[in-house]
Amino acid sequence: MTAGTPTRVAETTAAVTPGRSSGLVGTGTLIRLALRRDRVMLPIWLAVQFVLAAGSAASVKGLYASAASRHALAATAGDNPATIAMYGPPDDLGSLGGLATWKLGIYGAGLLALMSIFTLVRHTRGDEEAGRLELVGAGVVGRYAALTAGVVVALGANLVAVPVVGVGLTSGGIPASEAFTFGFAIAAAGLVFTGIAAVTAQLTETSRAANGMAAATLAAAYLLRAVGDSAHDASFLSWISPLGWTLQIRSFAAQPHFWVFGLAAVATAALLTTGYVLAGHRDMGAGLLPPRLGPAAAPPQLRSSFALAWRLQRGPLIGWAVGFVVLSGALGSIAAGVAEFANTKQIKDMLAKLGGEQNLVDSYLSFAMSAAGIVAAVYATQALLRMRTEETALRAEPLLATRVGRVRWAASHVVLAALGVVVLMALSGLVAGLAHGLRTGDVGGQVPRLVAAGLVQAPAALVVAGIVVFLFGLLPRLTVAAWAVLGAFLVIGEFGGLFKLNQRVLDLSPFTHLPKLPGGEVSATPIVVLVVVATAFTVAGLFAFRRRDIG
Amino acid sequence: MTDAISVVGLTKSFGRTKALDELDLHVATGEVHGFLGPNGAGKSTTIRVLLGLLRADGGTASLLGGDPWREATTLHRRLAYVPGDVSLWPTLTGGEVIDLLGRLRGGLDPKRRADLLDRFDLDPRKKGRSYSKGNRQKVALVAALASDVELLVLDEPTSGLDPLMEEVFRDCIGEERRGGRTVLLSSHILAEVEALCDRVSIIRNGRTVETGTLADLRHLTRTSISAELSGPVDGIATMAGVYDLVADGNRLSCEVDTAKLDELLRRLTQVGVRSLTSQPPTLEELFLRHYEADRPAVSA
Repeated sequence: MTAGTPTRVAETTAAVTPGRSSGLVGTGTLIRLALRRDRVMLPIWLAVQFVLAAGSAASVKGLYASAASRHALAATAGDNPATIAMYGPPDDLGSLGGLATWKLGIYGAGLLALMSIFTLVRHTRGDEEAGRLELVGAGVVGRYAALTAGVVVALGANLVAVPVVGVGLTSGGIPASEAFTFGFAIAAAGLVFTGIAAVTAQLTETSRAANGMAAATLAAAYLLRAVGDSAHDASFLSWISPLGWTLQIRSFAAQPHFWVFGLAAVATAALLTTGYVLAGHRDMGAGLLPPRLGPAAAPPQLRSSFALAWRLQRGPLIGWAVGFVVLSGALGSIAAGVAEFANTKQIKDMLAKLGGEQNLVDSYLSFAMSAAGIVAAVYATQALLRMRTEETALRAEPLLATRVGRVRWAASHVVLAALGVVVLMALSGLVAGLAHGLRTGDVGGQVPRLVAAGLVQAPAALVVAGIVVFLFGLLPRLTVAAWAVLGAFLVIGEFGGLFKLNQRVLDLSPFTHLPKLPGGEVSATPIVVLVVVATAFTVAGLFAFRRRDIG
Repeated sequence: MTDAISVVGLTKSFGRTKALDELDLHVATGEVHGFLGPNGAGKSTTIRVLLGLLRADGGTASLLGGDPWREATTLHRRLAYVPGDVSLWPTLTGGEVIDLLGRLRGGLDPKRRADLLDRFDLDPRKKGRSYSKGNRQKVALVAALASDVELLVLDEPTSGLDPLMEEVFRDCIGEERRGGRTVLLSSHILAEVEALCDRVSIIRNGRTVETGTLADLRHLTRTSISAELSGPVDGIATMAGVYDLVADGNRLSCEVDTAKLDELLRRLTQVGVRSLTSQPPTLEELFLRHYEADRPAVSA
């Protein structure tokens, strides 16, 4: 016993010293924990992929069975720059798979990217922020175990998506080899964004900020690709975007560009390596940016729940405003160039019938504004979900124990979110109008047209905001389901026509009822009705909130 | 004196769980009232009903003479609340939170604010996210104690404070009492309650099981007696109020209700007492008795 003691001490020391080899201890346990916690969410993400794939394939099967009918469609729909900016180049519309997945490619890849971001951040920064990782980290768990577990689960989910999408497309009659190539192509975007989230999770102290930075990167990737695909002289932009790679693989071409997978693999590896290096250089719970000291006393105006709500929401709102300016500026500045796409006689004839080139530009600008309107709804949803976060994080409770009443507290957030939507849309129209006006030498004419086009989109986003308030008041535990509602509206809007949904179903989405501006007809009725519906949801939600338990 | 808080027969259920089961609580104006009970007994639920955050299923509650549910915002101007689990806005500094909460109550005494920051040794310039649990607690305490209010509702306010800061907290509550403020103090720490509270209510499973002054409660506790007598003594085992009796020839040890102490001693002196040790009643014992009743009995 006595003789053995020194050896045992040495062993203990070796085990305690954080060594390179001990960095991954406990990863297996954490992976099992992560899979258990995600046992509902991940299957839902994947089921959505299957439904979209199978539905897309089934929708074109009967209609465009002959190659000739597909080519005819490709010649018309495929040359519209607005749809190209939205969905990508129409290069392979001649094949059944290419036609079926024209819309699906970018959305499928975007959804997998979001799944990867949320999954990775949830199991790394999210747990760290909540202090759960500290609890686990004090056990026999290596420094890189949590990151590795998150990466493994997120990458694994993307790999599972490949056969899910592949089988979904095959079920609609698309050849298996093409279907699986397409599955890999959209999963590639998921892999790259797993890497991006692995980096952002190290940079910030909160999971909200980590998710936000990664999602902003996704939006930037979409934007780069939209500009790159629709403007001839900027096609290199599509090659900077991971979402662009998904499309550049051209799964349904005679010779798919398999080498693009290599690009995605290298990017993923580089991003993951960066994430691991950053993780190794920081303390538990900390971000890379050190927290700074602030004022010792509150400014005089910080004396109401509205002032507090403004203080909490203004940073994010400024961030969104910057995003809107960039997005609208980019989309507006290429508007004048879209007419160049109308280079076939067929298109020119069609355009002439519809009222000339101006019409094409207008339909493009109308697409840009409706895209901004959807993003404004995303802004409103996350701004209002903050109420639920404040409640569950126990920050609402001390406030509601002061002279601040419940309705006043909630209304502070509601008013700010509604004003935010209106400001963002006006800003979007203003910047797009300026950008387009400067290029066409008609600033005075375009700015008011596009500000109106932007503002007219706001009511649909306000309806979404009203639904969030309604859920928050009536079914607080299900407030996050607001995302599902918004997602359903988008699916109805994007895939409703393709799936040939009943008009009644299409009418469920507030976005269906918006006038197409600039260029389209404006009628006051849908706008008034949407505003009334939004108000009704909000009032009902506030009324329910006044009567329910807090917490 | 009128009651600052008066709760009668309060009930509240969450789904099938009964959190409050006919709870009574009376806090007189100007007193420091200790509110004790094991975890999950319903202390926080009671407080949250009193703050109008939860709606009671039954019973009546009155706070500063008003209805805590219907008149919440007017009543809240006159009270300050420190939750047991303080969560701050990550981007606001401690000083900003103190000012905001003070302004949203009846107002803030700037001199007292500065004094409290100094005594609690709190840096008000740090952002909410970088405070430790104890320091977050201090932010809420300074905000409450510096507010110009009649009633302080404190839910386990010293959890996370170090012993030095607990001492500061006790001094502060002493000052509040002298200043005539009413305090409802939910706590686990008996020494704190003994040092601060005029009266105490103990709750268990959503019911009030004891309430009274500390002297009253001490009266309810048992004294441990061990004695060596001149001869054997009879009839002790059958005496009411005597527990855990061990008699071994002339020696005897037992526990006795404080109310029965006199009777027991009289019987012992009849036989003749050679030596006697008695252990005074402690509150601890009383609390443990109530707390342990929550757990299934442990057999020897």
